[in-house]
Amino acid sequence: MTEKTTIIKNRAGIHARPAAMIVQTAGKFKSRIFLEKDTTRINAKSIMGIITLGAGFDTEIRIIAEGEDEAAAVDAIQLLFEKRFEEE
Amino acid sequence: MIEDKELTVLDLLDMDLKDHDMLELCCIAGRKGLVRAITVPDINRPGLALSGFFDNFAWQRVQLMGLGENAYIKKLIEEASIDGLRHLFSFAIPCFIFTNNEKPDAIFLDMAENANCPVLLTELSSTEFMNRLMRVLSSIFAPKTTVHGVLVEVYGIGILLTGDSGVGKSETALELIERGHRLVADDVVEIRCVSGNILMGSGANKVIGHHMEIRGLGIINVTHLFGVRAIRDKKQVQLICNLEEWDTNKVYDRIGTDEKTDTILDVKVPLLDIPVKPGRNIPIIVETAAMNERLKKMGYHSAQEFNRNILRWLESESARAVYFGRDESI
Repeated sequence: MTEKTTIIKNRAGIHARPAAMIVQTAGKFKSRIFLEKDTTRINAKSIMGIITLGAGFDTEIRIIAEGEDEAAAVDAIQLLFEKRFEEE
Repeated sequence: MIEDKELTVLDLLDMDLKDHDMLELCCIAGRKGLVRAITVPDINRPGLALSGFFDNFAWQRVQLMGLGENAYIKKLIEEASIDGLRHLFSFAIPCFIFTNNEKPDAIFLDMAENANCPVLLTELSSTEFMNRLMRVLSSIFAPKTTVHGVLVEVYGIGILLTGDSGVGKSETALELIERGHRLVADDVVEIRCVSGNILMGSGANKVIGHHMEIRGLGIINVTHLFGVRAIRDKKQVQLICNLEEWDTNKVYDRIGTDEKTDTILDVKVPLLDIPVKPGRNIPIIVETAAMNERLKKMGYHSAQEFNRNILRWLESESARAVYFGRDESI
């Protein structure tokens, strides 16, 4: 299991477009990937799930992956957060 | 939305409750204290505390004042013996609730105002209010979890469709909606364990409620597309249908007599593994599973009954065999 913590840096938070980007990226990996905010854990391959997190600006998110390509998966998703989902 | 079981008195006032859960509350004093948290799902009637006995006083609880308590407060104030009341307000009580629409004495309200202790009023009778509040509190404080899946109501049975991403949960749900069944929640289902053995499923978030994501279409609003007949706010989870890609190495149930279950929040729920492959009409299978589940609840187990009939038939055949002289052992 690989786990990394990241912070949402784009002002708008995770709305539909960033959620779609996460889902697309997560879908490329075989591992089971989860996002965690506080105590809520959702599947990173589900767009509605990610939106349900209600993750706004400056929220801390844990990215967790389990599977053969877990390290690459966590890195790829963290990169999206770092790049502010190509916003701003 | 209430997170991590932190419930303030304001949340209790603002709660969107329906029908037999309506609390009919309004705040009549101590508004500043509305942010106080209710930390335990219990109610206390502070009769002993009013009379000055504070040992084991459950101040953390919501304090319910009925006609009796109210009359006693009135008497205390008339006799000017309000030290006990002062002592009462020295506790960080979440709130006082007066029933039967009977406001307490103005002096009591002043004391509450000074102590920033919220005083609420309801028109309900004490017993009825206690029942409703217990129901509401126990559902809020019930253990809960979120699962990845789609919750639909099919022929009155709450079915949780689970399975990996892209296996076709949402598409199955869409077809079920089209066939007249109802969507409770897509993708993220919040499940609460009410009264120890009932799993109540609902959408995790009102804002996103009843939207679905369908590959190729994007996000659709089920309420607007299919109308209110197609949705439901909450439903008991009574059956889990786990959709999975057809695995040639796996043995699927061909008879239906072995009952698999899955455990959510320590409650067992019947589980069906349904293999998905082109040409299998999953919505019809789910519909049939729902009807079969209803039959079982009514005491008729198709697979077991089928097997019983076969056994009976075989028995009668071997009994007949005697007359035809085929069985020479008898």
